[in-house]
Amino acid sequence: MSTSDSPQESGALGVGADVSTSLAQEQQTKSDSIDLPIFAVRDLSVKYGEFRAVRDVTLDISEHEITAFIGPSGCGKTTVLRCLNRMNDFIDSAKVEGRIDYHGVDLYHEDVNPNEVRRRIGMVFQKPNPFPKSIFDNVAYGPRLTGGMSKADLNDLVERSLRRAALWDEVKDRLKASALGLSGGQQQRLCIARCIAVEPDVILMDEPCSALDPIATARIEDLMQEIKKDYTIIIVTHNMQQAARVSDRTAFFTTEMNTESDRRTGVLVEYDTTNKMFSVPSDERTEAYVTGRFG
Amino acid sequence: MPIVTDSQRSATRTQVRQAITQQKRHLPSIALSVTLLIAVTFTLLTLFSLLARIVTQAIPAFSERGASFLSGTIGSEPDKVGIWPGLFGSFAIGIGVLLIAVPLGIGAAIYLEEYAEQNRLNRFVVVNIRNLAGVPAVIYGVLGLIIFVGWLKPVTNGGTVVAAALTLAILVLPVVIITSMEAIRAVPMGLRDAGYGVGASRWEVTRDHVVPYAMPGILTGTVLALARALGEAAPLIMIGAITGLLPETSLSGKFTAIPMLIYSWSGRPDSSGGNIGWSNAAAGAGLVLLALVLVFNIIGIFLRNHFEAKRVGT
Repeated sequence: MSTSDSPQESGALGVGADVSTSLAQEQQTKSDSIDLPIFAVRDLSVKYGEFRAVRDVTLDISEHEITAFIGPSGCGKTTVLRCLNRMNDFIDSAKVEGRIDYHGVDLYHEDVNPNEVRRRIGMVFQKPNPFPKSIFDNVAYGPRLTGGMSKADLNDLVERSLRRAALWDEVKDRLKASALGLSGGQQQRLCIARCIAVEPDVILMDEPCSALDPIATARIEDLMQEIKKDYTIIIVTHNMQQAARVSDRTAFFTTEMNTESDRRTGVLVEYDTTNKMFSVPSDERTEAYVTGRFG
Repeated sequence: MPIVTDSQRSATRTQVRQAITQQKRHLPSIALSVTLLIAVTFTLLTLFSLLARIVTQAIPAFSERGASFLSGTIGSEPDKVGIWPGLFGSFAIGIGVLLIAVPLGIGAAIYLEEYAEQNRLNRFVVVNIRNLAGVPAVIYGVLGLIIFVGWLKPVTNGGTVVAAALTLAILVLPVVIITSMEAIRAVPMGLRDAGYGVGASRWEVTRDHVVPYAMPGILTGTVLALARALGEAAPLIMIGAITGLLPETSLSGKFTAIPMLIYSWSGRPDSSGGNIGWSNAAAGAGLVLLALVLVFNIIGIFLRNHFEAKRVGT
């Protein structure tokens, strides 16, 4: 079963418009509030076995914006990101507590089909991971899974996706060549094209530029600005300048000691518009981090 | 005034040159190299002397008998025997093992690696499969005798080549499972992530990415398993392979296989006056078995190269 917009069905899922509206009202008091969040995360905690990786994360993600998750290593930002499209399902020991609503539907409700979730909420990973197939087949893989596309339509879709990912001109003459022959930056843009080709709603990016040189990074950042009007983008980055450059909102995570184990648990410290986060943060830990005094 | 004077500089240079160009004989590493070389030489010598002996012994069987050594049937005179029933049996066993052990083994490996939760029960299962790979072949022979020759007689028709293929398939199954599991475990996590990231289901990711990527490794394990199955004689003795007379070869009647003939013929005295003794016949059969294994290996290597080319996306 897939996610549904019908109020009756979402009511049956035990969620409803009431959840997101009340959250929205709560936010109204702040400026730059998010009226209708695409994601509403409430008290999210993730445990790997006995180890609590991140706890009590509550935030709303706005549509058609770029949201950046920043913070030192081990602060749980990637863990939270992977919860948003249920990628943590594949880690046997991972246990997700709390609630994530996506368009008002509880993502972890038993009726939700995680494959359909991941089709709508695509992901680009830290290390470019093209399939060991041709460039064309990489982009066409997702659409082919759904099937029912004519060859001409598929060719069209592949071209459109590669154009959107600003890769078309570089690869149009060698679509049948192996994707592994591309440079790192090209591979990452190919992964973005592959993600776009299934026409998702959200794109999650997990440190997409950490393996790339500055020029390739700049191209990816331009690309993000270019496509954000059609997609909601959430990016995890170690690079504060990158967060400041590309994002509309920034969430700062850090680690703190806990009583359960000797490993540190990630917490969300502050979440606001990127402007405020980098100019007038309200938490001194945020200020210390963004000014480079820590982390 | 310069901080480093010219004389200081040249002294440093001389020192550095000496330090990094000195030819030191490091005794332990020389000793290690020699030991390793001896080990390799010894292994190769053993292999070549074995091969040389089999070939020279086998020459009379082939030069005197020619193709009739391959097409003739078994009997009691060493200069008249042929290995056709054994060839038929071994080939049928090889095909049977491929058809039974490979799909079962790959299936089990996929389940254990991709689907099963990492809990205590499954770890216990995996440990036991590893142990099964070390169980002596003759034990599998007992198992085959009880299950495939006895209980499943309506299916196998008793001690037939079908029962033998089933027994040997069970014998090599742990090897196929373990090598396949290792090949699947070596598939980069990023490849799975990529598939899931565009909405593929677990089965789609397994079918489209994990298995193709693991295929070369799986094939290596399969070829090893097959070679082992073709060479085993002990379980066949238990099941009741024939060494006397076998005029008819069929899937539902009595059977024999090449290792069985080698075992039986090697034990017979070389006293008949002819040019070909039992030892020559046994060596000839051994050479044919080696060739058979080689053929299966070559097919395996071709397939592996095919899948490796696919792995880089060409």
